Amino acid sequence: MSEFTGIRGTVWFRALTGQASPLPGDPKSVLTSDAPIGKEQARFLCVVPDPHGRFPCARHGEVGLEEAYTLATRVREVIDESKNTNKRPIVAIVDAKSQAYGRREETAAIFLAAAAAADAYGSARLAGHPVITLVVGQALSGGFLMHGYQANRILAFDDEGVMIHAMHKAAAARVTLRSVAELEELAKKIAPMSYDIRDYAKLGLLYKLLHVENPEKPSAEDIRNVQNELVGAIANARSGPVDLRNRLESKGAQEMRKASLLVRSKLEAQWQEA
Amino acid sequence: MEQIELNYPAKRKAPKRAHVGVVGSGDMEVLLEPAEGTVARVFIRTSVDGFGASWKAVLDRFFAKYDGAARIQINDAGGTPGIAQLRLEQAVEVSEQ
Amino acid sequence: MTDKRYGANFIHRQSFIELDARERATALFDAGTSRELLGPFDRVESPWLAMQGVTPQEDDGCVVMKGKIAGQAAVVVALEGAFQGGSMGEVSGEKMTAALDLAYADSKKGIPTSAVILLETGGVRLQEANLGLAAIAELMGSILLLRKYAPVICLSAGTVGCFGGMSLAAGLASYVVMTREARLGLNGPEVIEQENGIDEFDSSDHALVWAIDGGEQRFATGLIDALVEDDTPQVVDAIRRFVGKGVPAVHRSTQVELFRSRIKALDTSRQWEPNELRTLWTAKSATEGKQ
Repeated sequence: MSEFTGIRGTVWFRALTGQASPLPGDPKSVLTSDAPIGKEQARFLCVVPDPHGRFPCARHGEVGLEEAYTLATRVREVIDESKNTNKRPIVAIVDAKSQAYGRREETAAIFLAAAAAADAYGSARLAGHPVITLVVGQALSGGFLMHGYQANRILAFDDEGVMIHAMHKAAAARVTLRSVAELEELAKKIAPMSYDIRDYAKLGLLYKLLHVENPEKPSAEDIRNVQNELVGAIANARSGPVDLRNRLESKGAQEMRKASLLVRSKLEAQWQEA
Repeated sequence: MEQIELNYPAKRKAPKRAHVGVVGSGDMEVLLEPAEGTVARVFIRTSVDGFGASWKAVLDRFFAKYDGAARIQINDAGGTPGIAQLRLEQAVEVSEQ
Repeated sequence: MTDKRYGANFIHRQSFIELDARERATALFDAGTSRELLGPFDRVESPWLAMQGVTPQEDDGCVVMKGKIAGQAAVVVALEGAFQGGSMGEVSGEKMTAALDLAYADSKKGIPTSAVILLETGGVRLQEANLGLAAIAELMGSILLLRKYAPVICLSAGTVGCFGGMSLAAGLASYVVMTREARLGLNGPEVIEQENGIDEFDSSDHALVWAIDGGEQRFATGLIDALVEDDTPQVVDAIRRFVGKGVPAVHRSTQVELFRSRIKALDTSRQWEPNELRTLWTAKSATEGKQ
């Protein structure tokens, strides 16, 4: 499992939009750009490291207070401008270290900031914008809940540098009173605990696992392929409902989330009883 | 993880089902359900292995006084014999209410 | 003036915190109107715990009850803090999300059905990691749907409080109710200390923890809607009041401009005394303001 470097976000943002800058007035840690995808203009967003950021605990690619409210602002801009017109796509490129862990963050209620970011993405989806997440590196815990997990469709690279999880290994081992080796052993048998993106893909939450020759230095062909996949995901999102039910209707869910399906059907049956 | 099954003779059907307790550290939940026949069946799932004799002692003592035909399930996370005794008695109390 | 917290009322109060999840949920309903769904006897437990040597609980630490609150249809979903720290697993997560979806379906059919979520939780259950995290994401999607039609009320009374991904659920809520004993934050003090050192957050400094995450601070900074004593009738009253209020005009998590400008105005060159925020951030933001 490679170390988080925080460069993949910038690399892929630039590859897909032609630039890698924040909008005027925004912190340098949030890249926003309107760029063509297929025949449309999508809004692309990404959280990246900013070693000179105002918040000391959010300088290495963490999603902190400023990042969360900036994302919320830039997503809501799209919702507001599109109220009576075509709902253009929103693409979240994800390679974030985690959420920001700091005293300033807790004091200034990062829980609400996180909710605001997720609210914006979720509201955009409910308003009819196809929200697509492309995981090019790390997508962890609160950071992913804020930036990426409210999407209609989630794509990820089939690559060792890609990880979707609730907590990075060392911390997870500490909290569950196990060694990292023990955790890795368990993760082999228990797919939801695994740090391998291929095991995550079995859970039925991913729209597609993408093969990319060189995720750190994509070729023109790599980029073209990813763009085509994004276009496909956008069309697929438009063809379905705006809620998240596709996550439970997938083949993976039928295999790996049987308990979820049982809960849903039993609860519905009991709800209706007098 | 250990599973223990014990059976005891019963004289009458337990009146109604009961649920007590929480599977918290040092605690357990008990589910008691009426059963047909003259046997009470106990199913224990515990995260602490090697205390089979201790469980049997607690249940022998419990069933010396309890004669209901029931299916009793215990999900245990390291409760003491004292807690086990308490939870079983609470379950009976609810069942007999 | 005597501190009314420790007068005669204190001795005679009925502690809500001492109740388990099932008792807390039951207490919120109009007498005789509630029934539990997918209770322990339905035996829908976690498929992931026993194989790891962790004893499952038959309701997976999540109690779902349907009935009436203040005469109106409501569903209560209560997390049991004593089981695995109230953490979200596949089953507990789906119970909560599916309950909200059913409330949403009824609401759209013309029976506005509030959801009251009792949060004693550390967030994702690490033994189920990605299914716990996914469950929280899906729950958040369902809160966004339901809260347009009926209020989603979050209650954290303690002692576990509300941390991790579930704090985002509280952030999305129509109304949040806490006691002084409860805490609400994204990252717990121990995790912050582990990630960024003891100088960043000394997790053994309980006064600091409550000064930042405690119910009183969250209320005084306009981040939650009511602060109640650990007294069951008071808790129930607050919940009934918010059910009665219905959907707020504005949800706190949509007030992006306000909070973004507040963050911009902060001097990040130093740590702040939590008290400082009380003057900077009064109840201007809250959907309902002071109790």
